[in-house]
Amino acid sequence: MGLREKLDLYGISRRDFLKFCSAVSATLALPPAMAPKVAEALESDNRPPVIWLEFQSCSGDSESLLRSGRPEVGELVLDIISLDYAEVLMAAAGHQAEEAKNKSMEENKGKYILVVEGAIPQDEDGVYCCIAGDSALNHLEKAAEGAAMIIAVGNCACYGGIPAGYPNPTGAVGVADLVKGVPVVNVPGCPMNCDNLTGLIVHYLLFGKLPALDANLRPHFAFGKRIHDNCERRAHFDAGQFVEQWGDEGHRDGWCLYKMGCKGPQSWHNCPTLRWNDGLSWPVMAGHGCVGCSEPGFLDTMAPFYGRLPNVPGFGVESTATSVGLKIMGAAAVIFGAHGIVSIIRNRGTVKKVEEGLYESEDK
Amino acid sequence: MAERIVVDPITRIEGHLRIEAKVEDGKIVDAWSSSTMFRGIEKILQGRDPRDAWYITQRFCGVCTTVHAIASIRSVENAVGMKVPYNAEMIRNLIMGMQYVQDHVIHFYHLHALDWVDIVSALSADPKKTAQLQQSVSDWKYSSEDYFKSVKDKLTAFAKTGRLGPFGNAYWGHSAYKLPPEANLMAAAHYLQALEVQKEIIKVHAVLGSKNPHPQTFLVGGMSIPCDPNSQNAINADKIAMIQQYIQTAKEFVEKVYIPDIIAVAPFYLDWGGIGACNGNYLSYGEFPEGRDGFPNNLWLPAGIIKGGDLSKVHPVDQEKITEDVVHSWFEDTGPRHPYKGETDKKYTGPKPPYEYLDVEDKYSFVKSPRYDGEAMEVGPLSRMLVAYASGHKEVVDTVNYVLNTLNVGPEALFSTLGRTAARAIETLLTVNKLDGWLMDLANNINSGDYAIQDTSKWSPDDWPKTAQGYGWHEAPRGALGHWIVIEDKAIKNYQAVVPSTWNAGPRDADGKSGPYELSLIGTPVADPEQPLEILRTIHSFDPCLACAVHVYDEKDKLRSKVKVL
Repeated sequence: MGLREKLDLYGISRRDFLKFCSAVSATLALPPAMAPKVAEALESDNRPPVIWLEFQSCSGDSESLLRSGRPEVGELVLDIISLDYAEVLMAAAGHQAEEAKNKSMEENKGKYILVVEGAIPQDEDGVYCCIAGDSALNHLEKAAEGAAMIIAVGNCACYGGIPAGYPNPTGAVGVADLVKGVPVVNVPGCPMNCDNLTGLIVHYLLFGKLPALDANLRPHFAFGKRIHDNCERRAHFDAGQFVEQWGDEGHRDGWCLYKMGCKGPQSWHNCPTLRWNDGLSWPVMAGHGCVGCSEPGFLDTMAPFYGRLPNVPGFGVESTATSVGLKIMGAAAVIFGAHGIVSIIRNRGTVKKVEEGLYESEDK
Repeated sequence: MAERIVVDPITRIEGHLRIEAKVEDGKIVDAWSSSTMFRGIEKILQGRDPRDAWYITQRFCGVCTTVHAIASIRSVENAVGMKVPYNAEMIRNLIMGMQYVQDHVIHFYHLHALDWVDIVSALSADPKKTAQLQQSVSDWKYSSEDYFKSVKDKLTAFAKTGRLGPFGNAYWGHSAYKLPPEANLMAAAHYLQALEVQKEIIKVHAVLGSKNPHPQTFLVGGMSIPCDPNSQNAINADKIAMIQQYIQTAKEFVEKVYIPDIIAVAPFYLDWGGIGACNGNYLSYGEFPEGRDGFPNNLWLPAGIIKGGDLSKVHPVDQEKITEDVVHSWFEDTGPRHPYKGETDKKYTGPKPPYEYLDVEDKYSFVKSPRYDGEAMEVGPLSRMLVAYASGHKEVVDTVNYVLNTLNVGPEALFSTLGRTAARAIETLLTVNKLDGWLMDLANNINSGDYAIQDTSKWSPDDWPKTAQGYGWHEAPRGALGHWIVIEDKAIKNYQAVVPSTWNAGPRDADGKSGPYELSLIGTPVADPEQPLEILRTIHSFDPCLACAVHVYDEKDKLRSKVKVL
């Protein structure tokens, strides 16, 4: 079935669809003229099958999918990507669900997109997360083998997230720490912003390859800039206007939250421009500092959340904010080193090899 | 002859839960509930700033998001003696209230409805009759013959693609489905509408809390969303108007769709008013502070305990009587412990994966067994409504009686799978009608010139006592939620959460007493062990935050066949 029939099926007008394509183009930082190309890519009948696995998660990313900013199109995307397995959404369960998954993996070997939500516990052969009597470790290994690529959604699947917080009781790690030989893209955040997942999939359909990634395997289009650089409160930072107490005049007037512990200067994410729930708001907009939830090493490198970042003066921001960021990355390296986590991702033609030396050099 | 059914994974829930059930003569005679996922967040919390705990514990669950944030914050406020400003209490009420409404709508339509609604049967419905049915139950705007014809056409075209997406591979045509095709078509249309509505109404959380899931504007001692009618960056008249619109949308859907659907569907499943009862013990911590005294005074929904199904008496709740057992849980055995002294030292003794069965005679779950005064308690909307009903809460009594009279059943029908589902709907209606009032209370208070959102006097841990302990309760949508914190030298020394799904999903205790999931399944009919739809009905009626799988083996514990699961 072509896209036009699908649009009719969902009662979506051509105009609404093009509006969606424009929004996706903007997310991907493409010129508006690209919107028809996006539409064209989506209209092709080349729907990648998707298997969505859930491990040590809170289902926050599945819920984020359900809150997709453009409801009708959210459904459309589900259908475009042929969701063959997803525990929170599917009616089938137990062996029938397992069968559906296995069948799709077999029939679409080398072609399906594997989405992973939640961390994977390694200790004691993975007994800390079992589904259908088997461990997350085994489920991931089997599903990764035939995947065209893996999209890790949310900070747990990307870097271990909350379960990997010190002392990491179950030996939780992210997907890229385990999988070899398959391209992995990280869409971190706690939870991930669904618009970024949509943007990534559209990019893939549009260009036939993955977008440029940073050293932490995050797409540049979403994670290429610091929160601090796009923050609507940035001018107050530069002017030295800071919130000193919750509810004070500066807080009510939208002054900078740095002194209340904001981690914007060391966090790379498009929260300030993309925002959440249909672009309604984001944490800093609602008066709370950024906690850096999409950074590797979160939460240990970001907590305590209300502790002020070291050495960020009111002026001369550029160099200082960068150096703070680098220091924190150094701290992340220590923690990763302590857990013995080193990412080994091999190129399958679409993803650049991870620059493993990065953490080490920052550490030194 | 007895046989054992194992369900893993049960989908349309959050998390990883497994049920093993023993079936004899077409009925379940015993059952075991197990959660097979563990993260150890209580351990991760130790040594951290207590003011950060809400953020981390909110990640216990991304479906019932906000609830752990509230309970955690209240535990710290209780420990160090903070007084939350009125604005913050009302903002929390709005966040919690909308969580109830949105969560219950998602639960009914997307996680539970397919246990009762046969989507495939909808394909043979007469749209004209469906329109008549819709118009007979409410004046909801989408009720024309043309509308239902378009839905039917969509579903038919969808089915013809051969790719049923989330509807694929289920139990369509099972003998336990009772609705006529027209009702199935109406419900299928509402499934799709609810998908949109839930996304829309939860925007209240974005306005007040930056985003959903996992709003980020909570603070120990208050909230971090400022109030100021003269600022673009605070709750002002514009934002209040936005919130009001979302509340209106929610109200219309609940009144014109959710409630009429329950009333229309329930008569076909009245036998489920006699299936799925537990031990008659119900616990509610109470919720929604009203007036100026602050939490936990003047709660709109009362706290209390009902014992053995006796609605003539409501007992007070004493947190000292709460303990957790780990004799059948994969933790170091410590004997029953009060949460202040609780430990979470994992000790897995189960089978090595991949495995077919758990050793239910020994330890078989990562969930502990909470007990109140030594007894298992059911928690959730049914418990709240029963405690309020037995307390003589006027709104609850009137609405519950209205529903009971409409269905022509007595109060005893509430102790059941159907009762759980009906109570959730009743509660949604009552809650959605409270939201406007809380919003106006907030607006009036801001208008009076009170912009306070946080108890700033104790924000700094330097002003805290060297040691402190406290507990925070919240009646979450899924039931009584408690966080217990012990603070030493400004850091978390011990942290224990006794969550709704622990109360409901816990395994047996030291005395061999079962938890609510286990008890509720006993007596449940299973028409076809290959398709245990009935197990899913009862388990889903609790709105579980866990996931499970099913196999079948005979009484000698040999695998007989794999059971197909919805």
